[in-house]
Amino acid sequence: MSGTWISTRAWLLMLPLLVVMIGVIGWPLVDTVRLSFTDAKLVGTAGSFVGFDNYERIVTGSNFRRALVTTTWFAVVSVAAEMVLGVLAALLLNQRFRGRTALRALMILPWALPTVVNATLWRLIYNPEYGALNAALTQFGLIDSYRSWLGEPGSALTALIVADCWKNFPLVALIALAALQAVPREITAAALVDGAGAFNRFRFVIMPYLAGPLLVALVLRTIEAFKVFDIIWVMTRGGPANSTRTLSILVYQEAFSFQRAGSGASLALIVTLLVTVLAAAYAALLRRAAGAS
Amino acid sequence: MLKSTRNVLLGATLLGVTLAGQAHAETTLNALFMAQAAYSEADVRAMTEAFTKANPDVKINLEFVPYEGLHDKTVLAQGSGGGYDVVLFDVIWPAEYASNKVLVDVTERVTDEMNKGILPGAWTTVEYDGKRYGMPWILDTKYLFYNKEILEKAGIKAPPKTWEELAEQAKAIKDKGLLQTPIAWSWSQAEAAICDYTTLVSAYGGKFLDGGKPAFTTGGGLDALNYMVTSYTSGLTNPNSKEFLEEDVRKVFQNGEAAFALNWTYMYNLANDPKESKVAGKVGVVPAPGVTGKSEVSAVNGSMGLGITTTSKHPEEAWKYIVHMTSQETQNAYAKLSLPIWASSYEDPSVTKGQEELIAAAKRGLAAMYPRPTTPKYQELSTALQQAIQEALLGQASPEDALKTAAENSGL
Repeated sequence: MSGTWISTRAWLLMLPLLVVMIGVIGWPLVDTVRLSFTDAKLVGTAGSFVGFDNYERIVTGSNFRRALVTTTWFAVVSVAAEMVLGVLAALLLNQRFRGRTALRALMILPWALPTVVNATLWRLIYNPEYGALNAALTQFGLIDSYRSWLGEPGSALTALIVADCWKNFPLVALIALAALQAVPREITAAALVDGAGAFNRFRFVIMPYLAGPLLVALVLRTIEAFKVFDIIWVMTRGGPANSTRTLSILVYQEAFSFQRAGSGASLALIVTLLVTVLAAAYAALLRRAAGAS
Repeated sequence: MLKSTRNVLLGATLLGVTLAGQAHAETTLNALFMAQAAYSEADVRAMTEAFTKANPDVKINLEFVPYEGLHDKTVLAQGSGGGYDVVLFDVIWPAEYASNKVLVDVTERVTDEMNKGILPGAWTTVEYDGKRYGMPWILDTKYLFYNKEILEKAGIKAPPKTWEELAEQAKAIKDKGLLQTPIAWSWSQAEAAICDYTTLVSAYGGKFLDGGKPAFTTGGGLDALNYMVTSYTSGLTNPNSKEFLEEDVRKVFQNGEAAFALNWTYMYNLANDPKESKVAGKVGVVPAPGVTGKSEVSAVNGSMGLGITTTSKHPEEAWKYIVHMTSQETQNAYAKLSLPIWASSYEDPSVTKGQEELIAAAKRGLAAMYPRPTTPKYQELSTALQQAIQEALLGQASPEDALKTAAENSGL
C-alpha cells in the first residue's frame, strides 16, 4: 500500500518536469513527423497530406546521397583524429613538467571559443591571399605557390576537418586526462618494475581505465560531427561546387532557404534516425564494455 | 493621456528632463538591417537617430545581420509570428515575399513627389506584379574598377569598353609581367557569383527565363558562363576568385594586386581612402563593359529596399521611418557611400563633388540595370546556378552541361 503511495508521489513530483519535457521535446517531434507527410511551406499555406512523397524524393535524389557520403567522411575522419590527438595530448599533460598547469589551461581555449569565432579564425588562416597557412608552407618550402584551400573541392573538406579537430580535440583530451588521473601510481610503477615497455604499459595498464570514458567521448563527438552545421556554414556555405554540403546544410537549405517546411522536416527526421541508430549502436558497445570490465 | 501627461510632469520635476523623452516613447519598432561596409552599422544608427530626434514618441531597435543571413532571418521571424516591423530586402526577394505575404503592399502610400522624383530603375527593386512592396533604399550595380597606374605602365590608353577588350588588356598586363592574374571577381558559392554572372548575361543579351521556364542554357546565358570559364582557365582571372566575396575582391584591389575588379559602388570611396588602401588616388571606375553588336555597357540590378512586414502592429510609424530613411535629404547626406535614388541629386554639386568619375559611370550603369529573374522560387534557382558556375570553373562539367543541370534543379 505504502509502496503505491510512494510511486504515486514520485510521479506527482516528476509531473512538472514531464510536462516541460513533453512540451519542448515531445510535441515538436510529433509535429515534425506530421509536417514531414505534408507539402507545407514555411510561411503561408498549411500544406496538404502527401504521404511518403517527400521521403521518396529525398532518398532517391542525388543531393541526399552525396551529402550523406560527405557527412560520413567528415564525421569518421574528424572524430578519429580528435580521439588520437586527444589521448596523445592527455598523456602529455599527465606527465610532470614545468608549465604543465599553464598548458592545460591553454588547451581548453579552442574548445571554449564559440564555433563562429573559430570558423572565422580558420577562414583567415586559410585565406588564399594573406593566410598564415600559405605563408608558413611556402616558407618551409612545402608548396611553391599559394593555394586556395577552401576554393578547391579536393582540399575544402579536409580544411574544414582540421578546423573542427582543432576546436574539439581538447574535449577528448579533457575526458582522457581525468581518466588518467585515476590510474593508481602503484600499478604503473609495478608494471615498470616488471619490465613492461611503454606500449604494453599503455595497452594493458592504462587502457582499461581509459576505455569507458573514451567511449563516452566517442559517442558525444560522433553525434555532434554527424550534425555539423555552423563551422561549414561560416567557412564555405557548402561550396566549392557543393563539396562540403553536409546533411545539416541540406536540411537548412530545404527548410529555410527554399522554404519547403514539409520536405525539410522529412530530411531532418531521416538525419535524426541515422544519428539515433549510431547512438544506439554505441550504447550497446558501452554496455558491453561496462560488462567486460 | 491625462495620466501620462501628469506622469511626465511628475517625472520631469523629480528627475529632470531626461525622463520626459522616455515616458513619451509609446511605439517601439524593430528593424532588420544588414552588416556591411556601406551604409555601415554606424551610418544606419546615425540616420535612425535623426528620425527619433524628430519623432520622440517612436523608439527603434536595430538589428544587423550579414547579407548571407538576411533572407532567412526575415522569413524565419515571419514563420514564427513576426518580430520585425521594418526589413531590408534584396531586389531578388519581392516576388517570394509578395507571394508568401511577408511584405505589405505600399503602392497606395507612395506620393506623386516620390513617383516623379525617384529614378524609374530604382522602382523596379521593390516591384512585383505591378505592385510596390517598399521603398528603394540602396541603389546599386556592379562597376568595372581599374588601377590607373597599372594600365598606364602597360601602355593602355583607355579602360575597356567591351569584355573582349578587357581580356586583351588583362593579357597585355600579364605578358608585361606587371601582374600574374589581373582580374578579380566574387565567384564564391554565394549570391555574389550570380551578380557577376548576371552582369555578363546582360552584356551578351541573354535571358534567364522565357515564359517562366529556364532559358539560360543557350544564347547569352551560356556565353556569359563561357566567358567566365575562359577568363579563369586562361589565367587572366585570379584563381582565388572562386572563393571570394565582395570584401575579398576589395582587399585584393586595394593592395594593388588586381588591375581590374568587378564590385559595387561602395568600393570607390573606400579604395580611394589613403587610410584604407594602397591604391588611393589611382582608382578608376567605368560601367561594366558591353559586347560588340549586343550592348554598350552591362549592369546587374543589385539594389535593396525597405519594407513593412505583414506582422507589424505599427505600419504607420514604420512607413514614416522608411520615408525618412529614403528621403532625398538622408540619401544626399550619405551619398559618398551609396548613390541616391533621387534623380535630381545627380545634378547636385554637394553630391557629385569629389566623385565625378563614379557619378559619370553611374549615370550609364544604373540606366542599364538588368534584373535577376523575378520568381518566387528564386532561392532555388540561384542555388542551382551557383553550383553550375562552380562546377564549370572547376572543370567538373562543361558550361553547357552545368547549366542544363542547373535548369533541372531550379525547381521551375
